[in-house]
Amino acid sequence: MSGVVFFLVAILAVASALGLVLRRNPIHGALFLVVNLGCVAVMYLLLGAEFLALAQVIIYAGAIMVLFVFAIMVLIPGKEETGPDPLRLQRLLALPLGALLLVEIALILQSSVFTAAPHPGVQPGYAAGAGGIQSVGRLLLRDYLLPFEVTSVLLLAALVGVLALAKRKAG
Amino acid sequence: MRDVLAAFILLNAVVLIVTYLTYVERKFAARMQSRIGPYRVGRPHGWLQPIADAIKLVIKEDIIPALADRPVYNLAPIVFLIPSLLIFATIPFAPGLGLADLNIGLLFFLAVSSLEIVGLFMGGWGSNNKYALLSAMRGVNQIISYEVPFVLTALIPVLLAGSLQLSAIVEAQRGLWFVAYPVLGQLAFIAFVIATIASENRVPFDILEAESELVAGFRVEYSGMKFALIQLAEYTHMFGVSCLGALLFLGGWLGPGSAHPVVGAAWFLLKALFIFLLVTWVRWSFVRIRVDQILGLSWKVLLPATLILLMATGFWVALRSGHVA
Repeated sequence: MSGVVFFLVAILAVASALGLVLRRNPIHGALFLVVNLGCVAVMYLLLGAEFLALAQVIIYAGAIMVLFVFAIMVLIPGKEETGPDPLRLQRLLALPLGALLLVEIALILQSSVFTAAPHPGVQPGYAAGAGGIQSVGRLLLRDYLLPFEVTSVLLLAALVGVLALAKRKAG
Repeated sequence: MRDVLAAFILLNAVVLIVTYLTYVERKFAARMQSRIGPYRVGRPHGWLQPIADAIKLVIKEDIIPALADRPVYNLAPIVFLIPSLLIFATIPFAPGLGLADLNIGLLFFLAVSSLEIVGLFMGGWGSNNKYALLSAMRGVNQIISYEVPFVLTALIPVLLAGSLQLSAIVEAQRGLWFVAYPVLGQLAFIAFVIATIASENRVPFDILEAESELVAGFRVEYSGMKFALIQLAEYTHMFGVSCLGALLFLGGWLGPGSAHPVVGAAWFLLKALFIFLLVTWVRWSFVRIRVDQILGLSWKVLLPATLILLMATGFWVALRSGHVA
């Protein structure tokens, strides 16, 4: 049963990712992104990581909203630029760099990262009991407290930086 | 198979309740304005009015604007409706009476209801109408602003109960409803109601359908059944959030005789109706405020206030469990 669901969702995920890349209309692209992120959330659910799946939906729903607004304000859908492509160099570079990324992913999958023993804080089947939330909370706020706090300070710094930049432009 | 049947019954019950909520709201609003409200269709008191409205909307012509973004325009009402209905999957109406009592039920509720904005935006964009697009942009602004205080107030009962499972949150209120906790409970409840009104886009926060500026906002081009679906989605979401308020603050199904599932469900629906009428009361009592006032209220007042409340709750819970020396 979950195998069937996985393949359906995987096909949908790949199709929506293709739609995202291939559509010229940025709004349609953003909508395909919604479908894609939803598929990833369903995969987390299939793996028993309910907390991760729902956090994915909550966080990316907000991100998508902001993306919609930017797509409309900055990209002006329906009036895509015509004429010489300013990103020609990027386009030429895309193929070799993409191939490089594929090789990297293959190497990582081959390496021991996925076969090594899990972190001692992670009990086997940890997600089953509490939807993952208790073990995620314990890992974040006890075992990895310092990196967690440093990350939030980093985000705060980014927030303040954006505000400072926006204010300077306006004034 | 049993689950499918249960889901079928639940969805139909929810749609029926929501249909009659529109009737309750119209009667309530009429009373507040010294009118009678719907009275002609069905005796007594025009009780068939919602059914008549539904039939009227079904048989109306469906108009698609010539320059609309057709797939987006056509899908929008469905995308808008599905999250509102999904909300009810985790709501426990009475002990053991609910579809799926997930152990992260509240998180599911918040995640699913945050998807509603996608449908709203699709409607605003797909209509290819200036008013609709402006309304969708305002909607995004407002929901980004009020999502945060809404989640923070919803976390206060979670801290007090020590669980994200909605039925466990209700059980934790067996001695004392969370709204009755001195100071903390009342302030949290008030903040929750304000955030609820904003997330439901009702007066005084209804800038995205401000009829004097934007005609009808993102739904201005919709007619017939699609319009009906959008209305249904709005009222379903409103009912869902009222149910959440009843679960988080008013003790859910708890009440005299609530050991019996039917009595418990009746208590629960009464409490949800109370929150719905509270929001309706506000709607018919205040005037719409400006966009900058709405955003200012969220970021400068509601967000700091709910953060302080959450921290105070955290200290209180730590004191109660003896973790603070």
